[in-house]
Amino acid sequence: MQPSSPRPSNHIKEEVTLAVANLWVSYQARRGTVKAVRDVSFDLRLGETMAFIGESGCGKTTLGLGLIRLLPKTARIERGSVTYTRNGIATSVLEMDSEALRAFRWKECAMIFQGAQNAFNPVLRIRDQVWDTARAHGETNRERVRARVLELFRLVSLDPDRVMNSYPHELSGGMRQRVLLALGLLLDPQLIILDEPTTALDILTQRSVIEVLRSLRNQLDFSLMMISHDLSLAAELADRVGTMYAGCLVEVADVYDTYYHPYHPYTIGLIRAVPTLTGERRDLISIPGTPPDLIDPPTGCAFHPRCPYASDRCREEQPELETVGTRHQVACWNWQAVLADRGARLIMVAGQE
Amino acid sequence: MAAMMELVDLERSFKVGRAVVRAVDGVSLAINAGEVVCLVGESGCGKTTTGKMAVGLLRPTGGEVRFEGQDIWQMNAADFRKYRQAVQIIHQDPYSSLNPTQSVVDILSAPLLRHGFAHSRLEARQMSADCLRRVDMTPPEDYLDKYPHQLSGGQRQRVSVARALTVNPRFIMADEAVSMLDVSIRVSLLKMLGRFRDELGMTYLFITHDLAVAKFFAWDGRIAVMYLGRVVEIGPTPRLINYPQHPYTKALLSAIPEADPHATRTKERVQLRSMDVPSLLHVPSGCSFHPRCPLFEPGLCDQQVPGLADIGDRVQVACHVVARGARTV
Amino acid sequence: MAAFWHNLKTTLRLLSHNKVGFVGFLFVIFFILLSFVGPYVVPLDRTTKLDQIYAPISLQHPLGTDFSGRDVLSHVVHGGRDVLTVAFLAGAISTVIAVVMGSVSALIGGKVDSGIMGLADVILTIPQFPLLIVLAGLLRFNNVLILAFILGILSWPSLSRAIRAQVLSLRERDFVEAARALDLGTGHIILREIMPNMASYLAVSLIFAMTAAVYAQVGLVFLGLVPLSGSNWGVMLQLAWTKGAIFYPKALPYILAPVMAIALFQLSLVFATRSLEEMFNPRLRTGV
Repeated sequence: MQPSSPRPSNHIKEEVTLAVANLWVSYQARRGTVKAVRDVSFDLRLGETMAFIGESGCGKTTLGLGLIRLLPKTARIERGSVTYTRNGIATSVLEMDSEALRAFRWKECAMIFQGAQNAFNPVLRIRDQVWDTARAHGETNRERVRARVLELFRLVSLDPDRVMNSYPHELSGGMRQRVLLALGLLLDPQLIILDEPTTALDILTQRSVIEVLRSLRNQLDFSLMMISHDLSLAAELADRVGTMYAGCLVEVADVYDTYYHPYHPYTIGLIRAVPTLTGERRDLISIPGTPPDLIDPPTGCAFHPRCPYASDRCREEQPELETVGTRHQVACWNWQAVLADRGARLIMVAGQE
Repeated sequence: MAAMMELVDLERSFKVGRAVVRAVDGVSLAINAGEVVCLVGESGCGKTTTGKMAVGLLRPTGGEVRFEGQDIWQMNAADFRKYRQAVQIIHQDPYSSLNPTQSVVDILSAPLLRHGFAHSRLEARQMSADCLRRVDMTPPEDYLDKYPHQLSGGQRQRVSVARALTVNPRFIMADEAVSMLDVSIRVSLLKMLGRFRDELGMTYLFITHDLAVAKFFAWDGRIAVMYLGRVVEIGPTPRLINYPQHPYTKALLSAIPEADPHATRTKERVQLRSMDVPSLLHVPSGCSFHPRCPLFEPGLCDQQVPGLADIGDRVQVACHVVARGARTV
Repeated sequence: MAAFWHNLKTTLRLLSHNKVGFVGFLFVIFFILLSFVGPYVVPLDRTTKLDQIYAPISLQHPLGTDFSGRDVLSHVVHGGRDVLTVAFLAGAISTVIAVVMGSVSALIGGKVDSGIMGLADVILTIPQFPLLIVLAGLLRFNNVLILAFILGILSWPSLSRAIRAQVLSLRERDFVEAARALDLGTGHIILREIMPNMASYLAVSLIFAMTAAVYAQVGLVFLGLVPLSGSNWGVMLQLAWTKGAIFYPKALPYILAPVMAIALFQLSLVFATRSLEEMFNPRLRTGV
């Protein structure tokens, strides 16, 4: 099959739904302060899907929780701003009081956590849980909720009659995940945050959730922020990909650029370490060294101890995200050297065989 | 030559309340010395149960496990002890596979001392250090006195491998051994296991839900796909990945997302007739895949259980329709 | 040797981590010293002094005197040894039986399991204290060891149930399965793989078994069912009762002294359990 050209991104609007600037989040641990999110900035546009990839402990989940201020008590947002805009009205999420925040979560922004499909109340029917959710957020008209839910259930390919009258254990993991998606959309939020939405689901179930997400995105206007360690999920659904390492955003690029023309040595490392199914067996290359200690991260660029391009400057100065192409940003002092090597085919990444 | 490990019509059922669940229902598989066989399937397909029976940790309720020609449950005590040492297991979860109250040297010394490979604590310590070197944990002195919680996930998994290596096994059953590790660590562990095959002639039964990992690890071996307690297709890895025959294998391969945007977005997908996974308590009659299968033929598939049929090129498929097609060609 | 000191330092550091637990631990040590070393320092006052009956608290008699003018402090000091010995022995015996019964039950299963758990249920359903009273009538509990043994035999069932449940869950762990695959033997699996993971739980259980044994024996002695001779906090209470001390307001220090000794000892045991968790946790031991 002829690979299609990059999908036209005409569903992405110019207006920015979520603007995050210089966000720092840290945790207090027994051994010291864990700097989980360090100076993260990005814009998420209306209708856009942005995936955050990175390995465990890179701060991607903390980032998601920080954006809607659902952090545990030991965590603190040190600095930065999070601006949410709907219909031209901008609000600062970090300055909301608890009442405003409550309204913000669900009505404006829905977050579905990893493993949340297992967090339903086992003794209540789905119908009652849907209604409880709606009521908790100020919806009082039962008929209106019902009509909306029926519509949403169809959107996520669920049989409304059957599912509404079921208890959670009567539904499969994938069905519960789709019920959650529908519930998240109940109050028509403009921002949805998914944390590892398909982890722990079986392959065929995972596929059905992916297809549902894709069709939802085509039919409704919302921005999607997807947090996943699974590079293939990002390849499947994202418009843009942000790579995180040691709490920092090290590369932000269009999904095709991320996979075929990455600049950051860590992104390259990640992509070359993931096995693919199609075609011949390709040799995989692991990233040497061990993941960084977030309490005492390496000086300069946190990736330098594992990076083949590391120079003295990398050990001393921390690089900031700089724009190197159309909407392509990278935080690396030596991206030009990487580019030269890629031009000389010294590095192979996805799709180059 | 006889196979090293032979599973003959293996069955295992569990009682769940009053019902009986047949977790493994007639699995036959022969693994030759030095071969890598991947057992692939979704959760609940019986792959782990099969693996545990192969290494003698679970007693089958039917069928035989034959190791080098001998039924392991008919062996005398001395032979069984030899078998026990010859086959080892690597678990999925690096956090529960090591005893949190023992240091690395304790963990590695116990089997060395027990089986007489080492005769003193000091000797056991030196041999433990050698084991750590074999799994690339150097210098070993940095790790010997650490406790599991002081190690990263990848390091723990290496200690698990080192522990299995203490008794010089010839056969390793790896149960999702890399699925809980981060991608950057996963590759180095897979390569290390591959190295043991090349250097020590290690035989592997590698259990995973991830076909891409199976493809990478068992490229010159074979893959067996399981569905609801039965093997539905088995064949050489490149064949099975590139030319899947069983409709379930096809569906799985087409559904897997890949870390390549073009490939994954343009892949042709097999549409199943139903998304519902049948419960093991009510396995469908005939071919258990028939309620979901796009090739379903009423009167045949829901009546008769298809056996594994040879369709050439060392490929076996348990599907009436595919087997018939292969015969007529 | 260096390793020993290092271990001791680590243990003390962890013990002091929980303030309440550390205080409890210090008090337990205090009571042990008081009862086992104290008698060599403070002589037992046996002489009747009719002019000093129920003397108030003074420098000479820090806890006053009893119904025959004897120094109460000396009796408290001498009265702890039997109580502590019985408590420790009974606790240890019941814990050992519970561990053996519970793990055998869990690991062998089948008929053995049903048998042991049936026995445990039968013992659990018998009202303990009346049984002790009956036994005290039949047997002569004049020996500390016999008393400890009887108390231990009667108190293992509930603990053994808990241990059985823990062993059942621990034996499904991957590291136990790995030990089976390595053919390390049942003894190794129980003693090295399973038990260390239950150490803090066992220590806490031992302490609670001790507190139960203290109450049981003091109760028996108080009721006069166990003719223990000599000094014992229970005997002091019993004498206070039979000699009518409770009718004399002046006798308050005399009555309170053994009561406080028992209560403080129990409280310090309970507090000490709070530090045990931290002491046995390898995560905390290695200071990460």
